[in-house]
Amino acid sequence: MEHYLSLLVKSVFIENVALAFFLGMCSFLACSRKVETAFGLGVAVVFVQVLTLPLNNLLLRYLLAEGALTWLHESLNWVDLTFLTFIVFISTIAATVQIVEMALDRYFPALYTSLGVFLPLIAVNCAILGGSLFMAERDYNFIESVVFGFGTGFGFLLAIVALAAIRERMAYANPPGGLRGLGITFIAVGLMSIGFMMFSGMQF
Amino acid sequence: MKALRRFLDQQSQSFEQGGRLARFKPLFEAADTFFYTPGNVTRTTAHVRDGMDLKRMMITVVIALIPCVIWGMYNTGLQANLSLDPAKAAELTGWRFDVIRVLGVGHDPGSVLANITLGALYFIPVYVVTMLVGLTWEVGFAMVRRHEVNEGFFVTGLLFPLILPPTIPLWQVAFGISWGVVIAKEMFGGTGMNFLNPALVARACLFYSFPLQITGDKVWNVVSQSHWLDGYSGATVLAKAKQLGSPIAEQGITWWDAFLGFELGSLGETSAAACLIGAVILLGTRVAAWRTVAGVVLGTVLAAELLNFVGSSTNPVFAVPFWWHMVLGGWAFGTVFMVTDPVTSTWTDRGKWIYGTLIGALIVMARVFNPAYPESVMLVILFMNVFAPLIDHYVVKANIRRRMRRSEA
Repeated sequence: MEHYLSLLVKSVFIENVALAFFLGMCSFLACSRKVETAFGLGVAVVFVQVLTLPLNNLLLRYLLAEGALTWLHESLNWVDLTFLTFIVFISTIAATVQIVEMALDRYFPALYTSLGVFLPLIAVNCAILGGSLFMAERDYNFIESVVFGFGTGFGFLLAIVALAAIRERMAYANPPGGLRGLGITFIAVGLMSIGFMMFSGMQF
Repeated sequence: MKALRRFLDQQSQSFEQGGRLARFKPLFEAADTFFYTPGNVTRTTAHVRDGMDLKRMMITVVIALIPCVIWGMYNTGLQANLSLDPAKAAELTGWRFDVIRVLGVGHDPGSVLANITLGALYFIPVYVVTMLVGLTWEVGFAMVRRHEVNEGFFVTGLLFPLILPPTIPLWQVAFGISWGVVIAKEMFGGTGMNFLNPALVARACLFYSFPLQITGDKVWNVVSQSHWLDGYSGATVLAKAKQLGSPIAEQGITWWDAFLGFELGSLGETSAAACLIGAVILLGTRVAAWRTVAGVVLGTVLAAELLNFVGSSTNPVFAVPFWWHMVLGGWAFGTVFMVTDPVTSTWTDRGKWIYGTLIGALIVMARVFNPAYPESVMLVILFMNVFAPLIDHYVVKANIRRRMRRSEA
């Protein structure tokens, strides 16, 4: 239990995908103009992560990894499909994103329109693929992959709503001409990540 | 005084649009409003006016910081003189010790004059460098971007030296304050528009750039190790509790010592008593929000009690009671002067409670769980600065929703 709690804290704060690894920056910067939109995207990311990570975990263990197919037949223990990891992970993610998109279109049309092109783009969001690849690299088991998926998604959600709130407050700011818009947002994100460094090195 | 007013009025023409010195208008305005209340009056509909403008607010903070400054100078000198082996005093090198020899004040830890002189020789250069470099940036930006020179910098410029260790090299001071003023404040448009506390960003920048000197692992005594008395150890109380695993009770420091500030630490943050005087001034004049401060106290008490209750056999910091948390490290200084920064904290009343409580709790949590840094106050406040706008956003939304429901009913 304690192990999963520490994994959760680690994936939300210490190794925040957006502010420690700077993954998923395109949607992080593009969808953070308003807190509501950011929250919607964040929830979508959490949802996609929680679905795709365990799915990919299962695929990796029972299909892709070396000797993974032994559950089919003993003689298949020489098969190593890890070269397909990227393609398989991406297709899982794309399928999940498609489901999320259809669900949003049906039940939250306002959010669907405000997210616009960035919703389908989650499919190629590196934060999402990054989550799956970290999972593969660190050899998480099934429950760990659920916890890690929720953690990375929630970390992204937290970071993007915080950035959105800061950007709403920055409506009063007066940056030099060349920095208006994205420039000052980049600086803000950098400064935010200094705040998040409080957790670096933390142990439970 | 009349003559001064007349002089300023005479000069004002050349600073107007098209005048010879129009470019330097921010400087002129700063000097003018430093001496006199601005004469501009509102020409449209009436509105509430208050004598409490930005200038007076900032000056109140500066006044509230004076006890910390004086104690900081005294204590820096005291700690150095206490550790110094009198037999080796003559071997000390450096211009500061030369000045002390010329003045003939000596190194007696019992003499207030000797302690203050030594401390001042460390504090004043840091302060002067901060002010010179910071003001250069501030005035430069004001002239190029044509905004006023803000008094906010006097507070930042005094806070920053106080949270630095006395042993810091002056070029690092210049580097840190440049970063704090330019990146954390001026890039966003100046006072009131930044979302992180500039003094803390400056400190954090140094913290990550030069971790050896500034994380508190290294000794913060201005007297180098070779000149110490036998058996003297120079780490800060928190660092000792963490690295050596020695409970605070066994370190030979009493709670009253820590409260009054007889310990090693950054220049101005060792004394909780001096910060308390500052707190009385700030809360009495309502420059600082009492809700934020009360929130931090509440959060610290709750988190410390919880961790005391849970306990741990391996980590002695678990058992530190809340009254110790409050007098060690930067807790008092951070709570009184950093958390209450009106710009970077939350702006709503309920938000202030949430913000304060979370800071208090996180300070204790980070001190206990993060072995990488002995102290956490600076980073926790920066972290919560990041979330302050979000807390405000949801507090305001909740208010709107409540009032909508009320008007519907």
